[in-house]
Amino acid sequence: MTPGTSASKGTIRVLQLYPRDMNIYGDWGNALVLQQRLKWHGYAPELLEYNVGDEFPDEVDIIVGGGGQDSGQLVIQDDLQSRAETLRGLAEDGTPMLLICGTYQLFGRFFKTRSGAVIPGIGVLDVETHGTDERLIGNVKVTTAEFGEVLGYENHSGQTTLGPGVAPLGTVPKGTGNNSSDGQEGARYRNIVASYLHGSLLPKNPAIADFLIRAAVERKYGSFTPGEPDDHFAVLAREHAARRPR
Amino acid sequence: MFSFSVPLGKLVRRVSRLRGGGSALPGLVVEKIDPGFMQRTLSTLPHGVAVVSGTNGKTTTTKMVVELLESQGLKVFTNRTGSNFTRGVAAALLGDVDWRGRLDADIAVLELDEAHAVHFVNRVPPRYSLLLNVLRDQLDRFGEIDKTAQLLQHIASKTTGTVVLNREDPRVARIADTLDGPEVRYFGLDDSLLSTFPNDDELRAGPGSPAPAAVQQKPPADVVLRRVGPDNADFEYDGGTVTTAMKLRGVYNIFNAAAALTLARSICGSGAAAADHAALLTALSQVAPAFGRGESLVVDGLPLDLVLVKNPSGFRLGLKSFPAGGYATMIAINDNYADGRDMSWLWDVDFESLRADGVDQLTGSRAYDMALRLQYDEVAVGAVNTEITPALAAFIAGAKDKPKRIFCTYTAMLAIRRELSKITTVEVVS
Ligand SMILES: [Zn+2]
Repeated sequence: MTPGTSASKGTIRVLQLYPRDMNIYGDWGNALVLQQRLKWHGYAPELLEYNVGDEFPDEVDIIVGGGGQDSGQLVIQDDLQSRAETLRGLAEDGTPMLLICGTYQLFGRFFKTRSGAVIPGIGVLDVETHGTDERLIGNVKVTTAEFGEVLGYENHSGQTTLGPGVAPLGTVPKGTGNNSSDGQEGARYRNIVASYLHGSLLPKNPAIADFLIRAAVERKYGSFTPGEPDDHFAVLAREHAARRPR
Repeated sequence: MFSFSVPLGKLVRRVSRLRGGGSALPGLVVEKIDPGFMQRTLSTLPHGVAVVSGTNGKTTTTKMVVELLESQGLKVFTNRTGSNFTRGVAAALLGDVDWRGRLDADIAVLELDEAHAVHFVNRVPPRYSLLLNVLRDQLDRFGEIDKTAQLLQHIASKTTGTVVLNREDPRVARIADTLDGPEVRYFGLDDSLLSTFPNDDELRAGPGSPAPAAVQQKPPADVVLRRVGPDNADFEYDGGTVTTAMKLRGVYNIFNAAAALTLARSICGSGAAAADHAALLTALSQVAPAFGRGESLVVDGLPLDLVLVKNPSGFRLGLKSFPAGGYATMIAINDNYADGRDMSWLWDVDFESLRADGVDQLTGSRAYDMALRLQYDEVAVGAVNTEITPALAAFIAGAKDKPKRIFCTYTAMLAIRRELSKITTVEVVS
């Protein structure tokens, strides 16, 4: 599956953040979709991984981070803090990032557990998360201005509220989203898309995948000329998924 | 002690059978009027209760344990209907006790769903437990995989005699550290077979993803599966290795045979004197898979294999155990409650092994999620139809000259078996 680089319009380096410890609910799907769509758009993808204790790569064009169990979050916590400055710098500089579930929470200001312990986040996003006894589970539909209808599946007990520094990804006509009170889901900041949705998120929401790719290519090469990916299965999968019960 | 609840419960059972009802109602009735019925009845068994739990392989393993114990002359009570609930067990007991509430059995071997097992073992502490694995399955129900491990740990902590653990599954093997009461025994796998059993901590993170930290020193296992051949397998125990023919298919089923053998040896006594090993091996060689778990039917004079897939590791093992070459392939993915609603797991399976031959037919309520998954793994897709009946007919008509294989989720399998029973012999499941 390693693509040739000869005829490509340029190389894009996609970094998976902590795939060893933060990879549950099909997070690999998001990396795979970026890899394949980059090829279909005529670019050469290069997949990189960063795990606890690794050297952080010099040049990174897109970052994807997945969900994790509580145990996974504990394992990466210290290492993530040691990379906080680097990641904040990349975020402020416009690096596109997809942050799902557990990574979304840890990129916020803090996570306060049910017992009252406060786990610091790295403060890339102006959000805070509170652990609850309630598990929010099921199919979700999100109405967004940027990406149209976004479809996925949520499974979390942390509830996140947004501060004034970020915008919600959208509102939820079906499902719960960030928390059980304000009807919002996810967060948007610069070129970051953060969300509780797995499913995986990107396969059935190619508009978000292409947003991340466009942002990365424009940032690196100045302009983006898209290819023509065949999305007819994605369209049909979305239609059928949207009709499924919560 | 005579209790009027048993005759009443049996009566309800008869009536509900006559009306074609399910097995739960009579169980509900007896539970309501005599909450101690199940506990009292099971506590009279000379060898007590053995519980089989874990994410994958409970049904086939329970069946194996029963057949192994029967080969040793034991009378075994089991929940054959696949009812995983306490209520289902009570209902099954009602069918087997006499009118005075006595159960004519030496031991009960019960398949218990992780979530319900806790409730059950709090009321009926088992003498033996066999804990198979903890894998991602229906996380939408249990929340997290570590939570599932805690449920199994609870079963082990309530076990009074022997706990049998999978040495190769870190979340299961670790349970031993938390126990100080019961005896612990392991079943294990030869290092050469480990790669065919990826656990969820080794889920694909990307090409060339580094392996997780090396496993620590492994404890010795009572039974080790050393080798799997096309129709036989090597098991090591009591310091020797024996080769036995196997009807079971799929490496993971045969690994569960090592699990069943370990439990049977715990119950009958290991060593040359206690268990009749020749009889154990004969029974093992004749175990057929429980329905849907690697079941082979005949359609148009050629085999049609049904492979149940319900989580990423199960699907990966299925693809590995049943290579695609020469077969027509169909995949049926439903997302009903019993299948799990979350489709994320499809992205944790590699489908590259299907690339050379492609997939002929996709079906089920999430057929298009599967189509999308295959597109990203560059696997060609023949036809897609979310309706199972026409999709199955098209699949069979389109591959008359080829053996066929269908990978299917639980409720899709039930629907496919129903359709197939109209054209071929399908074992009736009561
Ligand atoms: Zn999640």
